Formats: sequence, structure tokens, C-alpha cells
Amino acid sequence: MSAAAATNRDMPSLYGTAGSLRSERRWALIWAYISLIFSAIILLTPPVYMLITSLKTSAEIADQKGNPWIVRNPTLDNYWELITNSLFQGFFINSVIVTVVVVALTMVISILAAFALARMRFWGSQVLATGVFLTYLVPDTLLFIPLYQIVGGLGLLNSIWGLVLVYPTLTVPFCTWIMIGYFASIPKELDEAALIDGATWPQMLMKIFIPVALPGIIAATIFAFTVSWAAFVYPTAFITTPDQMPLTIGVVSQLVRGDVFVWGQITAGALLAALPPVIVYAFLMDYYIAGLTAGATKG
Amino acid sequence: MAADASTAPNMSSAPNSGRASSLQRLARRRSTIAVLMTTPLLVVLIGLVAYPAGYGIYLSTLNRRMTGFMEGEWLPTGLGNFEILLESETFWAVAWQSCIFAITAVILKALVGFWLAHMLHHIPSKGQRKWRGMLLIPWVIPPALSTLGWWWMFDPAYSSINWLFQVVGIPAVPWLGEKWWARLSIIIVNVWYGAPFFMIMYLAALKSVPEQLYEAAAIDGATSWQRLRYVTLPMMANIISITVLFSLIVTFANYDIVRVLTNGGPRDLTHVFASYAFQVGILSGNIPRGAAVSLFMFPILAICAFFVLRGVTRRNKEQM
Repeated sequence: MSAAAATNRDMPSLYGTAGSLRSERRWALIWAYISLIFSAIILLTPPVYMLITSLKTSAEIADQKGNPWIVRNPTLDNYWELITNSLFQGFFINSVIVTVVVVALTMVISILAAFALARMRFWGSQVLATGVFLTYLVPDTLLFIPLYQIVGGLGLLNSIWGLVLVYPTLTVPFCTWIMIGYFASIPKELDEAALIDGATWPQMLMKIFIPVALPGIIAATIFAFTVSWAAFVYPTAFITTPDQMPLTIGVVSQLVRGDVFVWGQITAGALLAALPPVIVYAFLMDYYIAGLTAGATKG
Repeated sequence: MAADASTAPNMSSAPNSGRASSLQRLARRRSTIAVLMTTPLLVVLIGLVAYPAGYGIYLSTLNRRMTGFMEGEWLPTGLGNFEILLESETFWAVAWQSCIFAITAVILKALVGFWLAHMLHHIPSKGQRKWRGMLLIPWVIPPALSTLGWWWMFDPAYSSINWLFQVVGIPAVPWLGEKWWARLSIIIVNVWYGAPFFMIMYLAALKSVPEQLYEAAAIDGATSWQRLRYVTLPMMANIISITVLFSLIVTFANYDIVRVLTNGGPRDLTHVFASYAFQVGILSGNIPRGAAVSLFMFPILAICAFFVLRGVTRRNKEQM
């Protein structure tokens, strides 16, 4: 700082522009912080306001006088009522079962397929890789009606196993696609060395590819987890009885009853339901973001 | 023990059968293994995507009770559902609303995301992680749940946004009660949810622009606008088009936000294709017509998907 100031004083004619560049940079920095603070406030307002509401009693929520943005008598009753509510516990258990099974299935399917597609060139492998990417671009709302009929034909409507059956359409294509990218980036010399040492293909996958591509596997797992946890179209279409509902549709449909909105409980339920993905994100943010950007930049 | 077990098969298969045949066997084994490994994927792709797609097309040609093909008056038999939709005013309103919603929301998301990424790129890299983590939170919360919070903030009687407006002296806004305000509300929620995704993609792209290009531009006396116009944008053009088209697909097919926020109301004026298909197909029980509504999304999605694929392939070639 001081050295720069000194040169400025000594040779004003030459370094005048540099000084203005510096002040321009400082203003750009201040402007950047101002806009970031502004957008952070806007982006975080809805969840924060949900938290505020969830800490209020129903009487306080119904009271139209006064500032809705402050809590006068904070209470955890809304959370306690939900946690002890067997219906809500059921939603949570359903979500956990569906998500765990789907994530496990997805990872097995996509790791096996990605390994074959990235390393064993066979007839049609290129076409299949493109097909995987294209199916990733198929949104769930395009096919939910035929799937409704198919799931109904199998007798799995109104059952979490119907969800387990169809959720892989949301997770498998993307996970396979990014795993192909990660596997393809592993140097060929590694598997040549393994082949020379007499490793079989399964050994190669287990001992080399999975350990080396672990960051990619974590990113894909997080993706599969968040997608199956947040899935909304399929459960809304397939599930009608509360005992089989996962959290998303359970909170949206069961806590909103008729004309009586118990907003304290609704917001508390929504926040509790959003907690698992947020926790995963908080601890594994870098993997999460790697998975997010991998879709377009890798593969 | 373990060593014996693993060497035993090698001992039996290795002996003097000749180099060519063992290579052949390797090739044969390699392709069989490859097929085995891709079978589960093929089952998912064919059984749960390709077959439903074909079945959906078939469904859309049936009549309401699915006892035969749907008669058409001016379109041939089987296309009756499409004919009825094309003649219905509600359907055209849905189509327009889907386009208005998707295009406006994607443009806004791209602009906000680009701006946020640019601002983030400016600040020292030590703080970037923290800010990035905070700004991505809307993307992490399942949209169906965060929309509940927005719904509560838009509530006609208790709107906390209107309360803030009233403090500043702005008249109360009928967020979900009036046609254009309801449409705007849906766009606002979608932009809020999706802009952080654009920010992350653009930030990654901004970081990959070589610093020398900016230095060279600065030496040539380029203003910051010129640096943006002639260095940043051309370097990011591909990733921008990929994210925009990708987001166009997802936004066009969006369901959660409309379902939770307005459920199509007021008077079916905020329905998009997905929510309308849901209403017609599942709630009113006319499965074939619902399938037909969904299928109307297909041409637009296919065009976007084609260009996304082209962009991604081109990008991969550049990186190699």
C-alpha cells in the first residue's frame, strides 16, 4: 500500500492511471459486496420467514396487528407436535426407505453401466452414452401419465414401492452420465497395468475405478439423494393415502387441511423436511457443486 | 488359502492353449461382461423411459374410457384428443402461459445468475466459498417445500410482503388473486429457486477464462464493458447456451411451483402444460387426454434437447 502510494507521489504522470485503476477496483469491490448482501437478503428471506412463522403460536400468527417479521413469544410447540405426530413420522420413514433404496439401486446401476461405457468399447456403446444423456433431459412431467398406468397395472399405485420403481428414471441417467465422465478421466495406463498384473474386470472396477473416482461417486450419490428426497410429481400422482406418502407430498397435502391453515405447523414441517438435503449440502458442499457443474462441463 | 483360491482358476485356464485363443476369450469375456454391466441401465431406459414414451403416445389416441380410439371430426380417428385440445380456449391459454412463464423465467434466471456470478468473481477468493454456500441455499431446499413458504408470504390476508410494502407506502398487491400478479408470483418463485444454479454454472465458467486474456485486454485499454463483451461473453457462450436451453426444458416442464402456489388458479389462468396435464389426466380421470396434453411439450423439449446435446458435444471436443 505505502509503496504504491510513494510511487504515485514520485511519478504522478506515469502512474496516475494505475491509481485510478486501483480506485476503480476498490469501487467495484464495494459494489460487489453491496449487491451480494442485497441478493443474500432476498434469497434467504423465504426460509428465514418460514423459520419465524414456525416459532410462533397459532394465536400470534392469526393476530393481524403488528409486525409479522418478529416473534413475540417464541415456542417450539409446532416442531414438538410434528415430531410426536405418528403421521409425520410415517412420512419421514417412507421418505427414508424410498430414498435409501433408490440411491443404492441408482449407484449400482450407474457405476456398472458407466464403467462398461467408459472403458469397454462395444457395439452401440457410443449411441447408448448419448441416449443416457438424452434421457436425462426428459422431464418427469412428460411421462408421468403413462407411468401412472404402468404402475397401476403392476398394482403398485398407492405404495412406496411404486415410487422406488419409477424414481430411477430421475436419478440413473444423470448419475451414469457424470460417472462416465469421471471414469473416462482415469488414465488408461492404470487399467493396462492392472490387466498385465492379471486383474479381472470386476477386480479392476472395485480396486481401481471406484477408489480413484470416489469424489465423482460421492457427487452422484448426493445428486441421487437430493432428487429422490425432493421428488414431487410422481408421489403426487401415485400416492393418495397418507400412510404411504413421503415427506414432500405429505407436508404439502396433509398439513394443509380444508380452509384451516395451521401455518406454524406447515412451515415447521416444511423446514424439517428440507433439513436432510440442507445438512448434506452443508457438510459436502464442494462435492455437491462438483456434481452440479459436472452435467454440462464433464462427460 | 486366499492366495490358493485366486491362483487356481488362472492355473487351469492359462496353459498352452495359445496366445490367439486366450486373447479371443478375453475379448469374448469383455463384451459379455460389458453387456451384463449395462443390462440394468438398459432395463431402466427401455422399461421406464422408452416404453412409457411409446405407451403415452398410444394412450393419447384412446377415448376417455380407453375402450377404443378417440374419434376426430376433422383430424383422423385416434387424434381426437389433440383436436379437442386445439379447439379449446383453456388449452391455448395453458400453452401461452407455459411459454410466457418459461421464457421470462429463464431470461431472468440467466441475467440474475450472471450478475451474481460476476459479483462473486470480483471478491477475494477466500470469501467466495462462504458466499457461494449461502447463495445456493434456495436451490438446495426441495422446491415444493420452499414454495409453501412463498405461498404463506403471498397469503391474501397475512402477506408479510404486503406488510413491508405498507411500511414503505406501496399499496397492497393481490399476489395470487389476480391473473397477472399470480403469473408474476410464479415467475418470482421460479427465479428465486433457479438463479443460484445459473450462478454456480457461470462462476465455474468465469473461473475457466484465462487471466492472460483480461491482462491483454487491459493493456489494449479495454474498458470493463469491452472486457465483458469481447472476452468474457465469447469465452462463456457455449456454457451460457447449454444452461439456458437446459433450464428452458426444466422450466417449461415445471410442476411443483404451480401446483403448490396457485394450483392453476385463478380460473385456470396460471396452469402450465404439466399442471394442466395433471388436472385433466389424474384429477379429472381423463387419462388419454392428459397424456395428449403432456405430449404437446415434446416438440419444444426435443428442439432444446438437440441443441443442448450439440453444445455439450462441442464443449467436450474443445476440452480434449
